[in-house]
Amino acid sequence: MSGEKYTTSNRFIHPNDHRTVTAKKKSKTINKAERWQDVDVHELAQLEINQRLSTDEKVRLYTDMVRIRRFEGRSLRSYQAGKIGGFLHLYEGQEAVAVGTISLLGADDHVITAYRVHGHAIAVGMDPKPMMAEMYGKYTGCAKGKGGSMHMFAPDKNFWGGHGIVGGQIPLGTGLAFALKYQGKKGCCLAYMGDGAINQGAVHEAYNLAALWNLPVIFIIENNAYSMGTSQERSSAFPDCLAQRAEAYGMEWDTVNGNILYDVRAKTYEAIKRAHDESRPTVLEIFTYRYRGHSVADANAEKYRSKDEIIDYKDNKDPITLLRKQFIEEGVLTEEQAKEIDKAANEEANEAAEFAEKSPFPPAESILDDSYWSSDNKGQDPEIDELNQGRFVFEDGGIFDK
Amino acid sequence: MPLITYRQAVKDALAEEIARDPNVFVMGEEVAQYNGAYKVTEGLWDKFGDKRLVDAPISEAGFVGLGIGASMLGLRPVMEFMFWSFCYVAFDQLLNNGSFCRYMSGGLMNIPIVVRGPANGGTNVGATHSHTPENLCANHPGIKVVCPSNAYDAKGLMKTAIRDNDPVFVMESTVLYGQKWEVPEEEYLIPMGKANILKEGKDISLIAHGRAAITSLEAAGILAEKYDIDAEVIDLRSIRPLDVETILASVKKTNRVVYIEENKPFCGVGAQIASIIQDEAFDHLDAPVKRVSAIDAPQIYSMPLEKIQIPDAARIVKKALEIC
Repeated sequence: MSGEKYTTSNRFIHPNDHRTVTAKKKSKTINKAERWQDVDVHELAQLEINQRLSTDEKVRLYTDMVRIRRFEGRSLRSYQAGKIGGFLHLYEGQEAVAVGTISLLGADDHVITAYRVHGHAIAVGMDPKPMMAEMYGKYTGCAKGKGGSMHMFAPDKNFWGGHGIVGGQIPLGTGLAFALKYQGKKGCCLAYMGDGAINQGAVHEAYNLAALWNLPVIFIIENNAYSMGTSQERSSAFPDCLAQRAEAYGMEWDTVNGNILYDVRAKTYEAIKRAHDESRPTVLEIFTYRYRGHSVADANAEKYRSKDEIIDYKDNKDPITLLRKQFIEEGVLTEEQAKEIDKAANEEANEAAEFAEKSPFPPAESILDDSYWSSDNKGQDPEIDELNQGRFVFEDGGIFDK
Repeated sequence: MPLITYRQAVKDALAEEIARDPNVFVMGEEVAQYNGAYKVTEGLWDKFGDKRLVDAPISEAGFVGLGIGASMLGLRPVMEFMFWSFCYVAFDQLLNNGSFCRYMSGGLMNIPIVVRGPANGGTNVGATHSHTPENLCANHPGIKVVCPSNAYDAKGLMKTAIRDNDPVFVMESTVLYGQKWEVPEEEYLIPMGKANILKEGKDISLIAHGRAAITSLEAAGILAEKYDIDAEVIDLRSIRPLDVETILASVKKTNRVVYIEENKPFCGVGAQIASIIQDEAFDHLDAPVKRVSAIDAPQIYSMPLEKIQIPDAARIVKKALEIC
């Protein structure tokens, strides 16, 4: 490898390392790996894909980002109060990614993501009440208390989870794209992962399949700079950026500023067009930042990075603040409206928590439901029952004993 | 009734279901242009083309995951493992996504996928290629596991599996692929969870799954001929669901059981069956439930020794005589 593109000075680009990288940039030509750093929100606003947004739609997008932030804040309080079990992976700081990308989707476009799922779930239109109830382990939860914080699904909204194992959802998303192509539909699948997932074998197998078979899938790396507590430079080998690995498979790729909604929309739109019109995959690396730890249980969130880094993000790069400024400048939003939106989002999150609190836990017998289609639908079709005889359950804990 | 090979029976099932349902496709390594590593799919690519027979690169996790994703949107993929031994590199896809996605979504989605291929030892390919993971897979609620022991069952169970709305893992046997059985020309389906009584008997129950059922039948012949023992032979056909009713009825009749499998013994299928029998038919037992399985070491390569490692009729007879 040769040339300035591969100089060591910009080898490890962190979202938090903006100044260093800019200072050491040698070329006037911005290379693709750094494209995201130099986006001009006013130029982006002029793009057709952003111009086409009506005032109402813009307010809706802003509102959704605020709703995610408040939902996550409320979830954290419930978690700290011991109402939510297990892990809680919060999306605060990354809101523009889910909202921006999902705002472009049509009837035959699909979404699948990992365990940091609440932002995508709200962006696709899931109701926060059953989401919160799911985290509380309640029967009114979106999965009746069977999935929890990491596993939320809404097939009626083309939303396929919510998956717990790093990178494991990427072959699934590739399969959703395969099915769309098989069925002759003009659609695509957005398959999200974190920057840590990029080193999983399953991700590379999926990359190869998508490129080999020209599948309409968009692999979205939400690069929040840390795979749990390990920074990129300690976990990933790369010359310029993670998305560049797409080149090994002959896939198109780009980098995106995840703090600027307009940039998320602009570059995702290009990828969606490629998927819809040419049935070709894309890798997008969206630089973003999570304010909280990997999960709430990640007590070291402030040990592997400085407090200043977090404060710098909140003060200067926060996607919601930046969008509010932009929309106020455009005359789409007023400070007063923004406050109303925030208040309503808070209320919605509180109502979700109240709903969750008041909801019942699932009955013990429900442990056995939803494992097999054929068991859940017993008695509906004698032909299917005939083909599914015998014992399916080998221990019921006595929950059916009178 | 025509005699056809186990291989042909599986192929006929695939061809009939591909023709019947446009959502059915077969994917795996060498399944299309190469005609199948074990020729199970021979001629299907010529007949049905690229869309329905898809050659996958050597990426079991990738293509099995892809199949599961595709099944969520209503396709009915039939994924071939060249050997079930290769499932280990796809475990997360098979046993997290395949088995649990429906459950974790609260029943909102279905995974109507079939994963099939041979799962057997006995071909001198060493430990890595001789796995029998039916017990491992059946340990995951959400998965159905079938182990056809003959051509008739292979066809009928395969068709049932493809039409089923849950993930079904079909474990075949390369040792059986070339053997012939009578298979009717007219269409039939075989239920999962319905054992097949290969031979009625009154003195002892030899219960088995997969190829071990055939070995058990051979052992029953020896028991009758040499020892005047009338053994009942039951082929479970499917591990999960499990035909507990037929097992218990047989125990109540014979009061003696040997469970035979080519799997390793620890946490094997026989352990589960023995547990059920002692729990639900204890008073009907005149002897402990005995088990015959592969000898408990990684599968050995050496030809004569691998023959010893896998249960044969003599070992079954010997074990049966211990309790008769």
